[in-house]
Amino acid sequence: MNAVVAPESSLARVRSQVLDAAGIADHDLERALGALMRGTVDNADLYFQVSRQESWTLEDGIVKEGAHSIEQGVGVRAMSGEKTGFAYSDELVVPALLQASAAASAIVRQGQQGRVQAWQPRSGHRLYAPIDPLPTLTDDDKVALLQRIDSEVRALDPRVKQVVASLAAAHEVILVCASDGAMAADVRPLVRFNISVIVEQGDKREQGYAGGGGRFGYEYFTPEQVLEYGREAVRQAVVNLDAVPAPSGEMVVVLGPGWPGVLLHEAIGHGLEGDFNRKGTSAFTGRVGERVASDLCTVVDDGTLPNRRGSLNVDDEGTPTRNTVLIENGILRGYLQDKMNARLMGTESTGNGRRQSFAHTPMPRMTNTYMLAGPHHPDEIIASVKKGVYARNFGGGQVDITSGKFVFSATEAYRIENGKLGAPIRDATLVGDGPTVLNRVSMVGNDLALDTGIGVCGKEGQSVPVGVGQPTLRIDGLTIGGTGGDE
Amino acid sequence: MSTRTALSLENGVVSLQEKVNDALRLARQLGASQAEANASFGTGFSVNVRLREVETLRHQRDQGLGVTVWLGHRKGSASTSDLRPEAIEESVRKACALARYGAEDPASGLADADKLAKSIPELSLYHPWAIDPAAAIELATTCEAAALDFDPRVTNSEGASVSTSESLRVYGNSHGFLGSYPESDHSISCSVVAAQDGAMETDYEYAVARDAADLPGPAEVGAEAGRRTVARLGGTKLETCNAPVLFPARVARGLIGHLLSAISGGALYRKSSFLVDTLGKPVFASRVTIDEKPHLLKALASAPFDDEGVATTERRLVDAGVLGGYLLGSYYARKLGMQSTGNSGGAHNLVVHSTGETFADLLRTMDRGLVIADLMGSGVNPVTGDYSRGASGFWVENGQIQYPVTEITIAGNLKDMFQGILGIGSDVDRRGAVLTGSILLEQMTIGGS
Repeated sequence: MNAVVAPESSLARVRSQVLDAAGIADHDLERALGALMRGTVDNADLYFQVSRQESWTLEDGIVKEGAHSIEQGVGVRAMSGEKTGFAYSDELVVPALLQASAAASAIVRQGQQGRVQAWQPRSGHRLYAPIDPLPTLTDDDKVALLQRIDSEVRALDPRVKQVVASLAAAHEVILVCASDGAMAADVRPLVRFNISVIVEQGDKREQGYAGGGGRFGYEYFTPEQVLEYGREAVRQAVVNLDAVPAPSGEMVVVLGPGWPGVLLHEAIGHGLEGDFNRKGTSAFTGRVGERVASDLCTVVDDGTLPNRRGSLNVDDEGTPTRNTVLIENGILRGYLQDKMNARLMGTESTGNGRRQSFAHTPMPRMTNTYMLAGPHHPDEIIASVKKGVYARNFGGGQVDITSGKFVFSATEAYRIENGKLGAPIRDATLVGDGPTVLNRVSMVGNDLALDTGIGVCGKEGQSVPVGVGQPTLRIDGLTIGGTGGDE
Repeated sequence: MSTRTALSLENGVVSLQEKVNDALRLARQLGASQAEANASFGTGFSVNVRLREVETLRHQRDQGLGVTVWLGHRKGSASTSDLRPEAIEESVRKACALARYGAEDPASGLADADKLAKSIPELSLYHPWAIDPAAAIELATTCEAAALDFDPRVTNSEGASVSTSESLRVYGNSHGFLGSYPESDHSISCSVVAAQDGAMETDYEYAVARDAADLPGPAEVGAEAGRRTVARLGGTKLETCNAPVLFPARVARGLIGHLLSAISGGALYRKSSFLVDTLGKPVFASRVTIDEKPHLLKALASAPFDDEGVATTERRLVDAGVLGGYLLGSYYARKLGMQSTGNSGGAHNLVVHSTGETFADLLRTMDRGLVIADLMGSGVNPVTGDYSRGASGFWVENGQIQYPVTEITIAGNLKDMFQGILGIGSDVDRRGAVLTGSILLEQMTIGGS
């Protein structure tokens, strides 16, 4: 492999950037971890983070504000059986590190200082360039990009009355060292462009939204790419001007490719996270090896896709990410694990231990979750439906892990009548049951697509960037919640 | 074991005020015509007990400083969690640099000087809780035990938590305003799992207060979590129908929350609201009256001044159904040709007047319909008011709860829903910025099988 920079030297650079700058030496790390590894503590780790973010927002045709933020600190964790002690400090100095270590280790009874394994640098993937994306475009060019898209979008359709566009980037540098010897660093660029428009026609007003991004520099947002987002936002808003009330009740639903994969994230993904299954609170608990989907369905969580928003070279515990098969031809294959839940369930981490920041504790979280392509042409799938709904785009979703019930909200959908797309329908929520919904998948498209890089997943108050994807799917019965009645 | 950190709130006030003043002084030196700075410091901890064993102990300690500068009417902002002088200086310099790229926007700037709070009323928001983790673990254990022991069908648990936090916020601007006040928040919560016939359900209960003395007993919180969870067992789907819907107080708060988003300055100015141009018009049934009371003692959303230092004042927001005001900060107030209402950063205690009925009275009035237990998803279109969300709850016949229902949707339009309010209960839920009793709606579409 022709890596431009060997992982060790990337680790060395991050160490110098994060630790040397703060005057934290190797013996300080050993002292902090030693203080954590008391009594019955199984594992302990230190997580250093230095990140910078910026955002630029345009409204009324002018860039109203640029904002910049710096966040840095260290999170300190001690784990003993099912117990976790956690403390953090936003001061990167030795006394604060030791104080946090003492507080975190108070979860277990005091005992002799434990042993810390010799550190072995873990080489992660090289899925994205270790760059700082903030200076990849000059500030003048950021402003110009936003102003250009504003005038272009207004020129697309005279019904466009408002345009809000934003450009944002984050440069996150993390370093984790653990008592099990894991030591890893990662430099994580992330950029994002969003646009929302309001269109007016008579007394009707509708909103449309589009955006995208990933782990690279601003150069991704070429004029053509940005205009494509603008066109998409306008198209969605204009479609909804003519929307009629959605039906209500159980119907055949065809989901479009890409972002509608939020279905998989909610219906399947969360329920397969190791913490819920270790505790036995998931509707999927104890069901590995059972059929949970039709044999057309294979679903994976893949943190190793280059440049994707949900990808990571190593997770936040220093474990390289993987491509984990969740469902294979309809059979439940496995869970998503972090170190603690893997240890308690007698398995190994799948590289899904993620945290929002140093001030939060890691949990098993998804990366990029998607369904593999199937045999059917998307046109064939729509043509197969006598009466139903085609949902092309979605807002967010939510799931109750324990009952398995999930919802997701369609923002662009159409009636299907006799195999043909009919009138667009108003915003409607779809509701279903995670462990059974994929059993009703009767056709899977050959058009697998991933989302454009917009996903944010929230769990127990922590947000992390994720990706989703799927091909076109036909589901023979989901409950849709409109006001248009059940004809 | 001590959990207090060196920088206490008492000695932190002076230190944070100095940092705010330093930032403002530097901004002026760098040529800013106006500037504001906001510094905060918080500390606390939380414990979680699961299946009668302590599971997590988390210590929290947060600090930050944000600065906004204007060069004329061009604005730039920066923030940092590093409060060393060199980091603050870097942030101020960054904000000034960003402002040079901003566009001239006449509406942009500090709040008008005459709107700033002249005095800071004592609102009783700061009541430190003298509790250590060991005592908090004991409370959480008692709480969870009450849930686990509530019913044999309670078989598992997500645990019970006790948390305490104290914070201090200092806001200053170049009009010479410098205000600060300390706050505390304490909570007890519990979430358990119940099982029956191979199906599991979960629910939770929580209590939150400025003063730990105002929290209910931990066993009371736990038992309620158990009761709520067991009540959901055996849920069935409904046939699709139209019916009245009763939002219990806890869920009704969210219904009024949709009003808050719709009458906020930004949404109105961008016309991304279903309530554009409704000032002085009836947006609710005439039986609905809502006051904003920013100075309620000990209330969760009380504040002596808003995020721009503007004095908060009590007012009637909705009078007999008619919208009497918007929620405005200075910027969008100027854009709309209006005045700030002291709502930069949000609403402060919206008190929805009860129409006098108890929850049981509302059930009897409803006679036949749906009581919501929980809503899921974000299916509300702010521009059109279209409302469609996943729901679980209870079916009511003859004014009595009959059986739990699940995997259904409720749909309508917020404009019609607000006009269709038939009653507001006396069972006020005070655990948030909206204080309301249960709300009965005339009719919604229920999607089921």
